[in-house]
Order: sequence, then C-alpha cells, then structure tokens
Amino acid sequence: MDELKANPVTEHAHVVSLKIYFAIFGALMLLTYLTVQLAFLDLGRMNTTIALAIAVLKATLVILYFMHVRYSTRLTKLVVVAALLWLAILLALTMADYLTRGWLNPPATG
Amino acid sequence: MAQAHSVLAHHFDDVPQQRDAATMGMWLFLVTEIMFFGGLFTAYLVYRTYYPQAFAGASHHLDLTLGGINTLVLIASSLTMALAVYGSQTGKRSMLLPFLVLTFLLGAAFLGIKAVEYHHKWIDHLVPGASFVYPGGSAQHAQLFFSIYFAMTGMHAFHMVIGLGILVFLMVQARQGRYTPGYHAPVELSGLYWHFVDIVWIFLFPLLYLIDRHG
Repeated sequence: MDELKANPVTEHAHVVSLKIYFAIFGALMLLTYLTVQLAFLDLGRMNTTIALAIAVLKATLVILYFMHVRYSTRLTKLVVVAALLWLAILLALTMADYLTRGWLNPPATG
Repeated sequence: MAQAHSVLAHHFDDVPQQRDAATMGMWLFLVTEIMFFGGLFTAYLVYRTYYPQAFAGASHHLDLTLGGINTLVLIASSLTMALAVYGSQTGKRSMLLPFLVLTFLLGAAFLGIKAVEYHHKWIDHLVPGASFVYPGGSAQHAQLFFSIYFAMTGMHAFHMVIGLGILVFLMVQARQGRYTPGYHAPVELSGLYWHFVDIVWIFLFPLLYLIDRHG
C-alpha cells in the first residue's frame, strides 16, 4: 500500500478540459471588448462601478478556472478568500480615514 | 538520475498531499503579492477620490489602442500558459514546450508594447519630474496620476520580466524531459504566478485607461 502511495503515477491533479479553457478565454476577450465599449457611454457614476464589476468577473474566471481554484482543496480556497478579506480591510480602513477627514476640520484649501 | 523515483519528499505522506501543500504555499506567496499591489491600488483609490477630474483628464493621455491590445495579448498568454500546464498534466510533451514558448513570446510582446507606450510618454513630457509638461489644468494632480501610472505599470512590468525568466527555466527543464504527469509542480505553480500577474493587469487596464472616456 505504501509503495503504491509513493508511486508518482498516483498523483491525480484535476485536469480542466480544453473546452473550458477556450470558453473562459472567449469570455475574457468578450468582457474586455465590453468594458471598452461601455467606457464610452456616459453612465455617470455607474461607469466606474460597471468597469470594476467586469474586472472582478474577469478575475474570478481566471482564479476559478485558469488557476484551478474551483478544483482545489478547501484549505487553498480558504487562503484565497482570506487574501480578499485582508485586501478589503486595507481598502476599507484606509478610506474610512481619508473620506472622513473633512468631517472634523474644514479642508486647508477652500 | 533518481529524479523520477524521489518525487515524493520524505516529510509528506503521499504525492497528492505534497502537491496540495505546494499549491497552498504558492497561494500564500500570492497573498503577499495581492497585499503588495493592494497598497498601490489603495494609493490610487485615495488620490482618484480626491482629484477625480484631474485623473480623468490625465487618463485620456494614455493610449487606449495600445493598452487594449496589451490586455488581449496578456489574456492570450494566460490561455497559452493554461494549455502548457494542461500539456504537463496529461504528459503531452508536444503541447508543453510549444505553449511555454508561445507564452514567453506573448509576454515579451506585452513588454515591447509597454516600452513603446513609455517612450511616447517620455516624448510627450508626461514622465513625472523636472521635465513634466502638462497641456491641461491641474498639472500637479495630473502628475500624481502619472506617478501612480508608472509605479503600478512599472511594478507590473517588473513582475512580467520575472515571469519571462521563470518561463526560460521551465523551457529548459521541459526540453530535458523533467516534467511528467507525476511531477510537474514547477509548471503548475509558475502558471499560478503568471495568471496572478494577468489579474493585476485586468484591474489596471480599466482603472488607468478607461476613466470617463465619454467625456
């Protein structure tokens, strides 16, 4: 049994099919085209929101399929989610400072 | 030599455990990378929130065509990298080496296009510093945008250069037949790195090139 376990042939990484790779590639290309086209429409504040939503969607596709996270262990998934959590803390706490500075003192320059 | 038989390091129970540990280790490194670029994105967020008009105006000085082409080139390189990993997983050596080479060429093309863009900015006096000349208003805040632009795309390009170096290593190893379906962790983990660098650009492109393009 131990001998069998030590045999490198028993390594079975999940192999993502070529069809999925090309489908993800097509989706990424399409989303890139879409984000450029939408940038030329005046949607007010929604422009940035939509651009970021598309970027997040593209990144998610890359992480799940190109980086195989969808087929990874739960521990790896936890590490990925934890990374996003720490990033959110960095962005949120920094902005909580910068966005509220004017609340206490008037800006130095009018 | 004994390479094929000593795939399993003595401190692991079995090969799948070893592979999972390596994958998680690579992701832990990528977490530090996410936080590193996260700091740059935070700086961007703070200053774009403070000076939205200046950032929009300065953004229009970036070359959307070259930036867009580079986005497509980088996504294509991610596909070829994924196909190289597929080749190593399935033991198709006729796939592994050609797709590693293709990934290298696409990565080099990205850097070439980036160099052309940088050159244009240099000619147009848009590189922050003593020779910075800005044709519009709020030049100081526009200079801030270009500082962030060069810092972020520069760090991204630096990661690409490292990626190209890793690809050269992989190509040499693949040529020597070092990778088998039983042992291809270097290919797979380098793939994770390459895709991460692609993701950074996926965010850089809309945030730097596409601010208020309708304006």
